[in-house]
Amino acid sequence: MADIAAPAYRTIPIIPELKPGAMEGKGPFVAPDKINEALGFPGHLVDDWHDKAIAKMGDLLSRYRSLKVYMDACVHCGACSDKCHYFIGTQDPKNMPVARQDLMRSVYRRYFTLPGKLFPKLVGARDLTREVLDEWFNYFHQCSECRRCSVFCPYGIDTAEVTMAAREILDSVGYGQKYSNEIIGKVHKIGNNLGLPGPALQDTLEGLEEDVKDATGVDVRFPIDVKGAEVLLITPSADFFAEPHIDSLIGYAKVFHATGTSWTLSSMSSEAGNFGMFIGNYEQLRAIAMRIRQAALELGVKRIVVGECGHAWRVAYSFWNTLTGVGDGADPNDRFAQMLQKQLDHRYKQPAHICEFTWDMIQDERLVFDKSQNDKYVITFHDSCNVARGSNMGGYPGGQFDIPRNIIRAVANNFVEMDSSTIYERTFCCGGGGGLLTDDLIDVRVKGALPRMEMLQQVKDGHGVNFMACICAICKAQFTKVLPIYGFDRKVIGGVHQLVSNAIQLGVK
Amino acid sequence: MNTLFAIFIYFSTLVFVVGLLQRIRSYAGTPAPLKIPTTPAPVTSGGVVLRMTREVVFFESLFKANLWTWAAGWLFHASMLLVVLRHLRYFTDPVWGWVVFIQPFGIYAGITMLAGLFGLLARRFFVERIRYISTPSDYLMLVLLIGIAASGLLMKFAGHPDVILVKNFFTGLMHLSIQSLPANAVLYVHLSLVFTLLLIFPMSKLLHAPGLFFSPSRNQTDNPREKRHIASWAVKLESEK
Repeated sequence: MADIAAPAYRTIPIIPELKPGAMEGKGPFVAPDKINEALGFPGHLVDDWHDKAIAKMGDLLSRYRSLKVYMDACVHCGACSDKCHYFIGTQDPKNMPVARQDLMRSVYRRYFTLPGKLFPKLVGARDLTREVLDEWFNYFHQCSECRRCSVFCPYGIDTAEVTMAAREILDSVGYGQKYSNEIIGKVHKIGNNLGLPGPALQDTLEGLEEDVKDATGVDVRFPIDVKGAEVLLITPSADFFAEPHIDSLIGYAKVFHATGTSWTLSSMSSEAGNFGMFIGNYEQLRAIAMRIRQAALELGVKRIVVGECGHAWRVAYSFWNTLTGVGDGADPNDRFAQMLQKQLDHRYKQPAHICEFTWDMIQDERLVFDKSQNDKYVITFHDSCNVARGSNMGGYPGGQFDIPRNIIRAVANNFVEMDSSTIYERTFCCGGGGGLLTDDLIDVRVKGALPRMEMLQQVKDGHGVNFMACICAICKAQFTKVLPIYGFDRKVIGGVHQLVSNAIQLGVK
Repeated sequence: MNTLFAIFIYFSTLVFVVGLLQRIRSYAGTPAPLKIPTTPAPVTSGGVVLRMTREVVFFESLFKANLWTWAAGWLFHASMLLVVLRHLRYFTDPVWGWVVFIQPFGIYAGITMLAGLFGLLARRFFVERIRYISTPSDYLMLVLLIGIAASGLLMKFAGHPDVILVKNFFTGLMHLSIQSLPANAVLYVHLSLVFTLLLIFPMSKLLHAPGLFFSPSRNQTDNPREKRHIASWAVKLESEK
């Protein structure tokens, strides 16, 4: 850990030179048998991995239009080639999105296209060898599925889709990543990524109630498993104990308290994160999301609200309706979805982001703030990649950018934007998303944070920014670790609802 | 010779049409199980039509990505469109009024098409990142297109073949009768390259053309909360429960 150094800032905005092989290696820890088998994957690399992998690729090509079109459509124009934070930070050409895709496209061409079968060298096709498979494992775990490349691609080719497919193929032959697969196992067994059992969760929440009482003198509740509550809050489990995540959880509770909203957490479904997306496996994605449906049905809630978490919000906003029926507009004959949709209150968007909830309440003037409580901060906002490029808020294009900023402006006086080429849909990933938030990948995580750190430094120097708000549990955890390596205080990162929590006046309305 | 050449043209046209239709059918028939539009994602289908139009006509995303690639790429594609339309005069009788009108512009377009292609080729040679990702076929594709444009222009400015005979040849082919082509080497080169391009179209990166229309990150409406979207293979998971 101590030998991890931050790369030097670039003179902006030069594109780095290539350093072929800079990030060659074995990749993250490989999942042991027990972890893989718990998810129904082969325990370790199977003997006939070659044939199985090609068959799996064929299966995915027939199930995902995205993969099929993206394998064919790339013209190697290079539009994406300088857009990936991992490329910028590592200079390894295989971290250029197009080159990452080509790790798989070269195999696709060899086995699924006529020119690749006849003239492999001409079209850059190659056999799936053990070296290629190892290369996949290494470089497809240097992609955080942040979709920045997809914004700039003339055909919308999304490397995240390719990475997901590659990881699913790897899992299907018993070559899974330890970090993601272990976490998915915990969700299935215990209900959250951290493996926090129900009683421990209950204790934590009681402790929080005492802390908030001590700090404010107000009885703010953190209810769990309350049947008939109006709102079910699904939040990343890091919110229950990690710093600074917990300060946002306190913020949500204060908003619910101040607006008199009856709400509850669920001990069975105590996780918004869904690592099923990271490994690209639909069945896992669905099985994890099903816990939320089950909790909503059992508790009889009218609304489902999601806490601050980037990929979780993408899954919730974009996929929950598909996977579990949490949403609206199911076919009347769709009994599976209707069963839940009839229960939900469709005057509100289902699911809703906590920022949508809070912003609605601010607009209805049901919250009172003392903005001066945040005067010690000059604040900037880091758009988390999955929120920025894979979701929406407010039901209009760009709402996911406006609403968190509106909240910050409502609760604080000093707000500054970072460079316009690195916010909104052009935002950079924190460097720890997509199943990379593990110590065995710390090198690539530190390097991948470079472009964001450069821009943070710029607003720190120019405007004295000392707080970077975000709405993602992974961003919070990643920056807490990486900020000190770049010479910042770790407390520079925090949640939007942490600021809400600081400024909110309880018992006024 | 004429017969052999006609067979080649029929064959490559057949491969082009059937291959392309087969590819399009396979894109259309493959489900998109999840909603994955990339920001800025329109929330209405009208918005999607606008977005796709901007992508197809102006290459909006490429414009955001890199001005040089955009300039060369757009110049090449727009010019090629004009050049192709100009060539309609070899297939219709009488020649449509607007095709007559664009004839002179089509010639300038031939020159700008070549300029765009050289721009794209220069990027492949001189930009380190793009050189790294280029395969031999990437260069050959540009060389092929440069050959087509150059041979076309060569016939315009030097060694003009008898265009009436050329037209007779193609209108003849359209009625399954093989007429003779003018014995002009450049013309043979030009046509061979064009029909080689059509031949490889359905199995090469030229599939980016139909691909764009089927790209889920571009053509989906961002309304997952409002309307349930589910693939047929995914519904089966629900009936098993």
